[in-house]
Amino acid sequence: MSGWRHDTLGSTIDRNKPLAFTFDGQPLTGFAGDTVASALMAAGVQTVGRSFKYHRPRGLWGLGAEEPNAIFDITHNGYTRPNQRGTLVSLADGMEVRSVNTAPTAAKDRWGWLDRLHRFLPAGFYYKTFMAGGWMRWEPRIRALAGLGTLDPDHAPKGAAQINAKTPLMVIGSGPAGLAAARAAAERGQAVWLMEADAALGGSLRWRGGQIDGQDPQSFIDATRAAINAAGGRIFTGTTVWGAFDHRLFAAWQREPQRHWRIRADRVILAAGAIERPIWFANNDLPGVMSAEAALHGLRLFGALPGKQIVVTTANDSAYPVAFALAAAGVDVTIADARPEGPKADGVKIRRSATVTAAQGRTHVTGAVINGALQAADAILTAGGHTPSVHLWCQAGGKLDWNASRDALIPRPNTADMTVVGAANGSFGLRAALSEGHSAGDGHPPAPSANVEADAPYPIAPVRPDPALPGRQWVDLQNDVTLKDVGLAAREGFTSVEHLKRYTTLGMATDQGRTSNFGGLAAMAAQTGRTIPETGTTTYRPPFQPVPLTVLGGPRRCELFNPPKRLALESAHRDLGARFREYGGWLRPAVYGDGDEADLAQQGAATARKTVALFDASPLGKLEVIGPNAGQLLDFTGYVRMSSLNPGRARYGFMLRENGVIFDDGVVLRPAEDRWIVSASSSHVDGVRFMLEDARQDRLARKGVAIHDVTAAWTTLTATGPRARMMLENAGIPVPDMPHMGVVETALDDAALRIARVSFTGDLSYELSVPTHHADALRARLDRALAAVDGQWIGLESVMILRAEKGFILIGKDTDGITMPHDLGWGGPREKRADEYLGKRSLFTPEARSNNRRQLVGLTVDSAPLVTGAHLVPADGPRTSLGFVTSSYQSPVLGRPIALALLADGRARMGQTIGVFNDGTVVEATISPLCAFDPGGERLHG
Amino acid sequence: MQRFPCPFCGLRDETEFHFVVEVGHPRPEPAEDTSDADWAAYLYAYLAPKGAASEIWLHLTCGEYFVLHRDTVTREVTGSDPLPGAAP
Repeated sequence: MSGWRHDTLGSTIDRNKPLAFTFDGQPLTGFAGDTVASALMAAGVQTVGRSFKYHRPRGLWGLGAEEPNAIFDITHNGYTRPNQRGTLVSLADGMEVRSVNTAPTAAKDRWGWLDRLHRFLPAGFYYKTFMAGGWMRWEPRIRALAGLGTLDPDHAPKGAAQINAKTPLMVIGSGPAGLAAARAAAERGQAVWLMEADAALGGSLRWRGGQIDGQDPQSFIDATRAAINAAGGRIFTGTTVWGAFDHRLFAAWQREPQRHWRIRADRVILAAGAIERPIWFANNDLPGVMSAEAALHGLRLFGALPGKQIVVTTANDSAYPVAFALAAAGVDVTIADARPEGPKADGVKIRRSATVTAAQGRTHVTGAVINGALQAADAILTAGGHTPSVHLWCQAGGKLDWNASRDALIPRPNTADMTVVGAANGSFGLRAALSEGHSAGDGHPPAPSANVEADAPYPIAPVRPDPALPGRQWVDLQNDVTLKDVGLAAREGFTSVEHLKRYTTLGMATDQGRTSNFGGLAAMAAQTGRTIPETGTTTYRPPFQPVPLTVLGGPRRCELFNPPKRLALESAHRDLGARFREYGGWLRPAVYGDGDEADLAQQGAATARKTVALFDASPLGKLEVIGPNAGQLLDFTGYVRMSSLNPGRARYGFMLRENGVIFDDGVVLRPAEDRWIVSASSSHVDGVRFMLEDARQDRLARKGVAIHDVTAAWTTLTATGPRARMMLENAGIPVPDMPHMGVVETALDDAALRIARVSFTGDLSYELSVPTHHADALRARLDRALAAVDGQWIGLESVMILRAEKGFILIGKDTDGITMPHDLGWGGPREKRADEYLGKRSLFTPEARSNNRRQLVGLTVDSAPLVTGAHLVPADGPRTSLGFVTSSYQSPVLGRPIALALLADGRARMGQTIGVFNDGTVVEATISPLCAFDPGGERLHG
Repeated sequence: MQRFPCPFCGLRDETEFHFVVEVGHPRPEPAEDTSDADWAAYLYAYLAPKGAASEIWLHLTCGEYFVLHRDTVTREVTGSDPLPGAAP
C-alpha cells in the first residue's frame, strides 16, 4: 500500500464530505468529487484487478476511457452495473466496488498460478490446443477463467430517451483547443454545441494548468461558457460523442440525465486531445506502473498520489512538469530521461541517457532497474509521448499521415468532413492548441496567448518496444498481449495489423487499444522491417467507448421492440376469449377459449367443416387498382391474366419476381369495370404495392391508373362452413345469389358492404368487408347469429389446418426462394400466355425447365404428424435430401395426419414411398396429391 | 446515416429508401428473344461503379421512384430527379 492522499491538494474533492465505500469487501473512505479510481489510489489500493488471461495483478494505469485495468462491477442503490471504468465513475456513498474476473478478490486471486504457465500459453494457445479435443467441450471452462463483469438480471434500467437534433457547429472536446474554437465561433454569433465527456470543462487545463491571456484557465473557461450561452449555443458535460456516421451524423451518450443523442452537425471541430503512450520494459504491467499524465491528473484534481518514491521514465519534456508537481507535493522523484540532454530539473533527481529496463516487485513495484542498476521505488511513471485521439476522424473516413517530428499518426487534411485541432491533430502544447482552435472557429485575430512555461516546445525522442530486452513486456494490458506475442504473430505470418489484432487480440479489449495499438503497430513494424506508415493501423469503428445497450436501444424493447399491427376488433376478440399471437407482423387470434391450444385448434377446424366458423381476415391486403389502364398493369405484374376477369368476379393468381420466383399469391377481385382489388398476403402488402407502383410509374409512366392501399380502412370477417349462408341470412345480411368467386358490393346499416365468395378453407365461404368504423356492428350481428347454427369463432391455428387439408399454400412456408408457379402445378399461364409479364423470361431458363425441380406434393403417413422442416430422403439407399416437409397438421375431419412437402420431381413420384428424416430416425410416407380433402370441390360449389 | 433527397419530400434518412436498380439497366424486351446469358446479366450483373453512380431508388414513405446521383466512395449526394412523366 503506497498510494496516499495529499493534505491540501486536489481541486475537485470536498474534504468535508467523506464517502464510505468498499472494494472487494474491504471498507474504504473517499471524498465527494473523487472518482472510484482516485479514491482507490488515495486509499493505497494497488491491485485493482487481475489480467484477462494470466490473472496477473494489475493496478491503475490511466485517467479516463483509456484505463485498461481498473474495471469494476459496481453496486449502488441495490443495482449492479458491470464493467465500469473506475476512472469514469464518480464515487458515491455506499458503493460496493468489485474487481472483475477475480476469485475471491483482486489481491488474493486463486487463478494467479496460471501466470507461471505463461511459457505454454502464447497467443492462439487455446485455439491451437483445444480444437483437437473438441473446442465445444473446453470452451465453457476456459470462458469461466477469462471474461469480464457479471450482469445483474434484476437491474433493467429504463432505456435512455432518444433525441434527434441538429446544430450548425459542434465542437468535440473542451480542452484548450476546443474551448478556443467554441469561444471564437460563439463570439462571431454562432450557436455552438460544445461536447465534453468529463464532468467539467477544461480538459488538460484542469491538471496541466497554464495561463491564457495572462489569466488562470478557469477565467478562460468561464468566458467561453458565457460566450456560448450568449450566442444561443449549448454545453454538454458528461457526454461522450461515441460515433461518427455518414453525412455528419454523430451519436452522443449523455449520462445525466441519461439521453442518447443523434446529432446532425453542419460543421464539426474535433478537439479530442491525446492519450499518453506507455513505455515498454520488463514487468511493465506491475501495479505501481502508470501513466505520468494520469499521476498529474490524480494529484491536481484529487490530491491522490501513487507513491512516495517515484521514478519517472520518459524521452520528452511533457514528463517534467509532472515530476516538479510531485516533488512539490513531497515525493522523492527521479527522472530517467532517455535523451542525453533535456530541460533543467531543480528539486528532482535526474538521470540523463537513462532508461528503465525492468520493474522490480512481485505484486507491486518495489524498484526500477535503470541502466542496469536497481533503484528503490514504489511507483514508476511512464511518459512515452502522446497518441492523438483520432477515432472520430477515422470513423468519418479520415486518413492519417505519419509525422516523425511529432512521433504520431496525425489527420491528413481534407480526407474527412471535419476540422481537427490541438493535440488530436498532433499539435501538442498550449499555444498550438489555442491558436489552432481559434483559427478553426474563424476567430478574429489574435488568438488567445499562452504563457511560455505552459507551452513546452515539446521535442520528442521516439520510444519503441525493444525486443532485445529480457523479460516480459506488456503491449496490451487489458487483453494480456506481450511483445513476444507480437513476435510470434510476425513469425507465423500474421504481419498485417488486422491479422495481428485478431491473432493476438491486441487492441480488441473494451479500451479499444488506446494504450496498446501504437506499441503493437511499432513492434510489428520493427519485426517486419517496415515503417510505421507502411504497417498501417487497424480500422477505427464506433463506439469510441463502451455504451450500454439500454442507451442505444432506448425504449425500443420488449413490446415496443417491434410493435405488431393490431386488429380494429382486438378488444372484441379478447372478450370472446381469443388468445393472440403474431402472424406476419399482425397480432391475431390464434385460438379461442381455455385449454390446450392444439385441441382448441382441432375443435375449431372440425366445427368449420360441420357447421360454420367465423374468423377475422382483416390483415389480408386490399390494394385498389383503379383506372382505364388498371387491367393492363395487372396483366404485366401478374402471372395470371386479370384484364379478362369479368366485373363482379374474382380470380386467384400469383405475382412473380423478375427471376421467376413466386413473390406472393392471392385473389384479385374486380368489383367494377375500372376497379380491381388485389388481396395480397397479409405480410406482403407493402412489397406487392411497390411492385405495382414500379410498373405504374416506370412502365405506364403513371398514365391511366392509380393504386390505393386501403388495407387498414376495411375490416374483413369471413364466415366459412356448410351453414355459412344460413347464418348470414339469420344475421340479416342480404346475400344475393352469387357463384363461387363472385363479388358483390352492397350496403348494410347504411355502410358499404363487400361480399366475396372466396374460400381459403375449401368450404362455402363469404368474406364480408366493411369500413373499419362499422366493424363492431358487423361483428355483433354475426356473433348473435352464431349460436343458432352451432358455429364458433376460430383463430389462425384452425384456419391453417383447414387450408392445408385443401392443399392451399402459404407463400414463404410452402414455397421457398426458388419455387416457381409450375412447381406448384400452375403451369398453365407459362405454357399459354403470349404477352409479356413480370418474371416470364425466367420461367424458360434451363434451370426452370429442369425436370428435377422441387414440386409441392402431399404426404400421407400412418404415424404421428410429420415434423415441419424434416428432410425427405430416398426410401432406401444413401440419405441425400430430396426436399422437405413444409406444412404438417393432424386433420380432424380426416382423422389422420396431413402434410405438404417440396420434393424433387415430386409429381412424377405420386404414390411412391419416401423416407422422412428427423432427429436420426426415418419414417415412411406416401406421396399423394396436394388436396387431401374433398378433391372434387363439391362442398364449395354445392 | 446517409440522407437522400426525395424529389417530392426533400432530405430524408436513408432508412426511408430502398435501392431499386442502376440507371441504364433497361429490361430487355421482348424478353423471350433475349438469350439466357443476356437475361441472366439483366437479372444479376450490375456495374456497381466505384465513384459517381446514378441509381433508381424508392422512397418508401411516399412510394415514389426516382433517380439518385451519388458518389459511392465519398457518399456525396449530387442530386435527384423524378422519373420521366412525374412532376414533383
